[in-house]
Amino acid sequence: MERKLLSGNEAIARGAYEAGVRFASAYPGTPSTEVLEVAATYEEIHAQWAPNEKVALEEGIGAALAGSRALVAMKHVGVNVAADPLMTASYVGVNGGLVLVVADDPGMHSSQNEQDSRQYARFAKVPLLEPADSQEAKDFVKIAYEISEEFDTPVMLRSSTRISHAQSLVTLAERQDIPIRPYEKNLAKRVMMPAFARPRHVAVEARLEKLAAYAENTPLNRIEWRDKKIGVICAGISYQQVREALPEASVLKLGLSYPLPQRLIKEFAAGVEELFVVEELDPFFEEQIKAMGIKVRGKELFPLTGEIHPNLIAQTILGQPLAEKLEAQAREEGTVPTRPPVLCPGCPHRSVFYALKKQKLLVSGDIGCYTLGALPPLDAMDSVICMGASISAGLGYEKGNPDLKGKVVSVIGDSTFFHSGLTGLMDVVYNQGSTLTIILDNRITAMTGHQDNPGTGYTLKGEPTVALAIGPICKALGVKRVREVDPYDLPALEAAIKEEVAAPEPSVIIARRACALLDKSTKELYIIDEEKCKRCNHCLRLGCPAIVKEEDRITIDASLCVGCGVCVQVCKFDAIVKAGGEND
Amino acid sequence: MTKTTSILMGGVGGQGIVLASKLIAHVIQAHGKELKISEIHGMAQRGGSVLTYIRFGDEVASPIIEAGQADIVLASERLEAWRWLPYLRHGGTMICSTQIIKPMPVITGAQKYPENIMKVLEELAAEGKLGALYAINALEVARQCGEPKAANVALLGILAHCLEFPLESYLAALEALVPEKYLDVNKKTFMAGYEAVTKS
Repeated sequence: MERKLLSGNEAIARGAYEAGVRFASAYPGTPSTEVLEVAATYEEIHAQWAPNEKVALEEGIGAALAGSRALVAMKHVGVNVAADPLMTASYVGVNGGLVLVVADDPGMHSSQNEQDSRQYARFAKVPLLEPADSQEAKDFVKIAYEISEEFDTPVMLRSSTRISHAQSLVTLAERQDIPIRPYEKNLAKRVMMPAFARPRHVAVEARLEKLAAYAENTPLNRIEWRDKKIGVICAGISYQQVREALPEASVLKLGLSYPLPQRLIKEFAAGVEELFVVEELDPFFEEQIKAMGIKVRGKELFPLTGEIHPNLIAQTILGQPLAEKLEAQAREEGTVPTRPPVLCPGCPHRSVFYALKKQKLLVSGDIGCYTLGALPPLDAMDSVICMGASISAGLGYEKGNPDLKGKVVSVIGDSTFFHSGLTGLMDVVYNQGSTLTIILDNRITAMTGHQDNPGTGYTLKGEPTVALAIGPICKALGVKRVREVDPYDLPALEAAIKEEVAAPEPSVIIARRACALLDKSTKELYIIDEEKCKRCNHCLRLGCPAIVKEEDRITIDASLCVGCGVCVQVCKFDAIVKAGGEND
Repeated sequence: MTKTTSILMGGVGGQGIVLASKLIAHVIQAHGKELKISEIHGMAQRGGSVLTYIRFGDEVASPIIEAGQADIVLASERLEAWRWLPYLRHGGTMICSTQIIKPMPVITGAQKYPENIMKVLEELAAEGKLGALYAINALEVARQCGEPKAANVALLGILAHCLEFPLESYLAALEALVPEKYLDVNKKTFMAGYEAVTKS
C-alpha cells in the first residue's frame, strides 16, 4: 500500500476516513485546525465547523448516539469550553464510536496557556490515547473507535504541536465499511437526571477497571528492552525525544496512557536499575506511578513548563548534551533583533487600535489576530484571557471600578463573537452596563488560516449557507446603539468610538472590512513625498510593516503596501501620496 | 544505521518556505529515506520568523533540531541566518540569501539591524568553523529569472550541491509540485542557484 508524507493532523483525518467516520465537527484552533480541514476533503465524512467547541462536542455526541462513528477536534483550551458535555458524555457512553481529538501546545507556540489536557481524560474518566508520529496518529484513531464501541465510552486522543504539525511517512489503507448502528431509545442510559445518573456513575467506574485490564495487554503499550541500567516511561512526542537522546535506554512506551497499566509498569520498574518518567507539562504519569509505591524520578529533574527536548534529556540523565553550539562569539545573545508577528499591511484591525490608543481607553481584548494590537507601537490592550472574555470582563472592569465607567471598550472578532461573545453582550444589557463593544468583523476566522464561520455564508465543505448578520443579533440581544463603520475611514471610526464609549448605555460598533489577505482588489499604492515629510514619525505609530524608517527618511515598501490608505489619514503634513499622483 | 541529516530552514512569514520544504521532501522520499518535517504555524504566519526542520536518514526519531545539531542551515533572509547560526554544528553548511527584511522592532527604531552579519559569516568560514558558506541575493536571482516569489528555489539550487541526491531528483520534484504555468521560471531559478555555486 502507498506510503504518504502526512502531518499528524492529516493522519488523524485519514484515520477517521479509514475508520468509517461519517460525522466530524470542530472549532478551529492551532495546532488542531487541519484535522477538520482535511476530514472535509473526504466525501464520505460530513465535516462541519461549529461556532465553538462545546457545540462541536455536543454535535459529536448526538451523531454517535444516532449510530455513526463521530470525530470532534479542538485545541487544548477548547476542552475547557467543551468540558461540560465531556463530563456527562462519559456517563452516557456511545452507540457509534466517539473520538475527541485534543491538540495540546506545550511551549505555547500559538496559545494563551499550556494546560495539560491529559488531566481531562482522568477527570472525565475516559480512555486516553497518545500517538508518537503520523503513522500512529492514523492507526490510533482506528483503534480508538474499537475501544469506544467495545467499552461504550468516548475516547480522547491527545496530540501536541510536535505531533500535529510534524510530517512523517504513513502507510494508507482502504476505508472500512462501518454501517450506521440502529438507533434505539434508552432513557436510563441517556437521560442524565439524578436517578438515572447514579447507576451510570457506577458503570463508569466499572468501565475504568475493565480498561485498566485492557491496558495491560494491548499492543498500544509496550516495553522496549535495551540496556537495563536506565529505563524511561514516556508517551507521545516524549517517546521520540527519549529515543533521540537515549538510544541505548530501555523504554516503556505508553500508547494508551489512561488508565495506566499497573502490572506492566511494575514489571518494567523491576527490570531496570534506574527509572525515569519523561513527560511534558504535568507529572501526570509520575504521580500515579509514585502512588503505586514505585521509586521513579521525573519532575525533580525536568521542568513543568514548555517542551522537553532531546538535549535536555541527554544532559539530565547522561550528564552530557547531544551537541555543542557552534562557537561564534561575534554573535552574542541579545544582538539578534526579534521578529515578532505583526498585523499585516492593510489589516483592517490596525486603525481601530490606533484610535483606541489615541483616546486612552481601557481595552478588554480577546483571542485572534487582533490580540497583536496589544504589542507596540499600537499598544492598545489591557487584558486577554480566553475566547469571548473581552465583553464579559469589560463589564466586570466597569462594575469593579466606578472610575473606569465611560472608558471601557471590549474588542472581539467576528468568529470569536459567534464562539462565545453573545452571552457576555446579553449580560451587558441585562445588568445595565455601558461598555462599548467593537466587533472586528473581517468576514473570516483569520488567525487560524481563514476558516468559515456562521457569519461568512459558507460551510466547511464550501457550500453556500445563511450568513448570520451581527448587527441584528446585537439588536436582538437588547443593544439599542448598534452602528457599522468602515475601519479604513479613520475620522468616522474615531468619531464613532468617541460618541459610543461616552453613551450611558451598551453600544456596539461593527468595524467591518474583509481580512486584507482575502481582499483581492488592486488599489493604488502610496509613497512618501519627501519634500513634504517632516520626519515626525507619526505614521510609524500605525505599526504597518510597509512603512519603514531608514537612517534619515521614511519610506513605504512597495512590495508590502496594499494601498489601504489609513496612513494617509494620520499624516499631518499630507506627505503620503498616491504613487501615481494626486490623492482623492 | 547511518547518521540522520538535519536541515534547518529559516525565513520570514510569507516568503514561501512551505513549498521549498515540500520540494526537499519530495526529493528525499524519492530516494526511499525516512523523514520528518516539522513546522510551526499560527502567529508566525503574520510576518514573524518561520522555521522548518527537515530530518532524514534510515531512521528518524525526534522531529526537531536543537542548537549545534543542524548539518545545513538554509536561511531566506540575512537576519534569519544570523538568528539560526547557533543551530549549525561545527563544520556545518550555511546557505543564505543576503536579502534584508526589517522586522518591526527595527522599523520602529527600537532595535538595530546588525550590520556585520555577512562579515562574521565569512570569518567563520575562513576559520573553518563553517564547513561552507554560500551567500547569494536569492530575491535578485529570482527576479532576474522572472519570478521574485521563487527566491527560495534559487537557494534550493545551492542545497542540491550539499546533499547526496542527483540533480534530476530536484527537477522531478519541481515538475511534480509546481503548477505548469510557473514550472519553467522555477526550473530556471533553480538552475541559476545551482550554477551560482558551480561557477564561483
